[in-house]
Amino acid sequence: MRVLVLYLLLGCSLSAFGKTWVVDQNGKLNSIKSTIAHSADGDTIRIMKGIYKEGNLLIQKSIVVIGIDYPVLDGENKYEIFTIAANDVSIIGLRMINTGVGSINDISAINAIESKRLKVINNQFQNTFFGIHLSNCWGSLVEGNLLHSDTEAEHQIGNGIHAWKCDSLTIRRNKVSGHRDGIYFEFVTNSLVENNFSHHNMRYGLHFMFSHNDEYRSNIFQNNGAGVAVMYTKHVKMISNRFEDNWGSSSYGLLLKDIGDADIQLNHFGRNTVAVYMEGSSRCHFTQNIFSGNGWAVKMQANCDENIYSKNSFLSNTFDMATNGSLVLNTVDSNYWDKYEGYDLDNDKVGDVPYHPVSLYSMVVEKMPAAVMLWRSFLVYMLDRTEKVVPSITPENLVDLHPAMRNYDYSF
Amino acid sequence: MIKIAKYILYDILRNRFVMLYTLFLLVVTFSMFSLDSDPGKATLSLLNIILLVVPLVSIIFTTIHFYNSYEFIELLLAQPVSRKTIYFAEYFSISMALATAYIVGVAIPMLLLNFSESSFYLIIAGLLLTFVFVALAFAASVSTRDKAKAIGVALLFWFYFTLIYDGLILYVIYSFSDYPLDKVTLAMVSLNPIDLARIIILLKLDLSALMGYTGAFYKNFFGSSVGVIYSVLFLLVWALAPLLLAMRRFVRKDI
Repeated sequence: MRVLVLYLLLGCSLSAFGKTWVVDQNGKLNSIKSTIAHSADGDTIRIMKGIYKEGNLLIQKSIVVIGIDYPVLDGENKYEIFTIAANDVSIIGLRMINTGVGSINDISAINAIESKRLKVINNQFQNTFFGIHLSNCWGSLVEGNLLHSDTEAEHQIGNGIHAWKCDSLTIRRNKVSGHRDGIYFEFVTNSLVENNFSHHNMRYGLHFMFSHNDEYRSNIFQNNGAGVAVMYTKHVKMISNRFEDNWGSSSYGLLLKDIGDADIQLNHFGRNTVAVYMEGSSRCHFTQNIFSGNGWAVKMQANCDENIYSKNSFLSNTFDMATNGSLVLNTVDSNYWDKYEGYDLDNDKVGDVPYHPVSLYSMVVEKMPAAVMLWRSFLVYMLDRTEKVVPSITPENLVDLHPAMRNYDYSF
Repeated sequence: MIKIAKYILYDILRNRFVMLYTLFLLVVTFSMFSLDSDPGKATLSLLNIILLVVPLVSIIFTTIHFYNSYEFIELLLAQPVSRKTIYFAEYFSISMALATAYIVGVAIPMLLLNFSESSFYLIIAGLLLTFVFVALAFAASVSTRDKAKAIGVALLFWFYFTLIYDGLILYVIYSFSDYPLDKVTLAMVSLNPIDLARIIILLKLDLSALMGYTGAFYKNFFGSSVGVIYSVLFLLVWALAPLLLAMRRFVRKDI
């Protein structure tokens, strides 16, 4: 597959007239910088194995840079490695380490500015401040890269894959860890993010704002400092992702703030403190997701409206749902709740008694977090029971009228 | 001491109550695990029963047994045996009988049906609760000569620790919810053995929710094994303190 991609790339973007340069530390041509200076549009530069310390490399031509056996490009903790300001550039198979760190400039291993059809494929990034930084790019592909940083403090590290004001990007099969945000989008539209693995980042595994019409598929976001947070965006699709092991008081499997018309399907939320936290979000459709072993499966603030939760499975969560007000403008229907205790007399696999997913005690804990210490005590059990019989505090309208009797079988 | 304990144990085994208790626990454990397909949920239901039943049975049985063997104790006191020895033999044999019932009724079936970390902690919590409530029953029994009164005190202990005390905590949390309460809640919870036992299980089953609590203090407490060690240590204190206090009373008492 990789060979095929390379072949296609070579075949398509270089066309017949490109010249191939070979940079080798032991050969005649041993500087990448001067080779880039001598090359012309459509050329290919092959970099042989070795350690290259050449400071900042500026690419202003449409060239392909290919590393053979992962040559190392060292930024010596001072420099940005590649600065790209041209269309149709490809960076393939390099290992980039130790870029500089800046608090004013976003120093990156690959910094692309106004570059169309950029391809960054199968590279390795170790201890780079920002890994891949795209600004105002169009139609770029970032695939199969491995980004890792060992920095300890959040202010000394940038984002793994950072995109600002881009369109039609494809981010695929990358692994990001130890960065501030694994994948960061701001004003990025019509893009696809799939099969990425973003874990152990300091802040968010995925973070986007004002990024409309994007699609996120089959990604894994695991054990990030604050989980995944997405804001101010419309028409997002999130399908078959896994949000796992995000623990802490301000850590969320998926935080939705001011999100509209999102489609969130077939995702797995496991062992998060709060699996889904929604604030000011409208018309989001949660269908066929699995929530298992979370502290709170869904925390929906009262300023959310017209969201729909249907056909989801809620399994061994401490609290299924929590909200902070009595006004409910959202729909919860046909989900499977493992805490449901109703019956099904007509045997249509739909429970005959409605299920109220918000328990009294989840409201109490929402107001007084210290009260969580009394969870599962006999007193709390009795309080919850009493509330179920005579609801007075929990929102009456937040109710699943057709709870499923059997767990949906979503195997993924 | 061992000889006395042996006779008391024989006596306890003869009156069949412990057998019934064992059987009850066995039936409950098996039914929970066979009714619920999810072992985690079965463990939880079992937790609720253990937190209620184990303290109740321990405290009531011990009190009644103490008064029923009053004449036997008087007889022993006439012999050249120290009061301490008799007292500890009593405590040892009763708590051993109840602990054995618990091990046979809950621990062994649980380990066979669902061997997991949470079952292990549930077993530990139940055992410690047995020791604590037998000790509390001794404290209630030595305080008065009147059997009915002692049973009343014992029941009050149970009722206080299962329900009233948690209500008080909730009231305090509610009244002072504007203040940082992490350490206060923890301190208050430590004053109730049933809460301590519950927290041991909570740390295993609901950790993701507990981690939502703000504050680095709780994060350290819950996030490491400190929480479990703390709870177990305090439960041991809860078993030893009433036991030793009651012993002092028993040694000086005019029987």
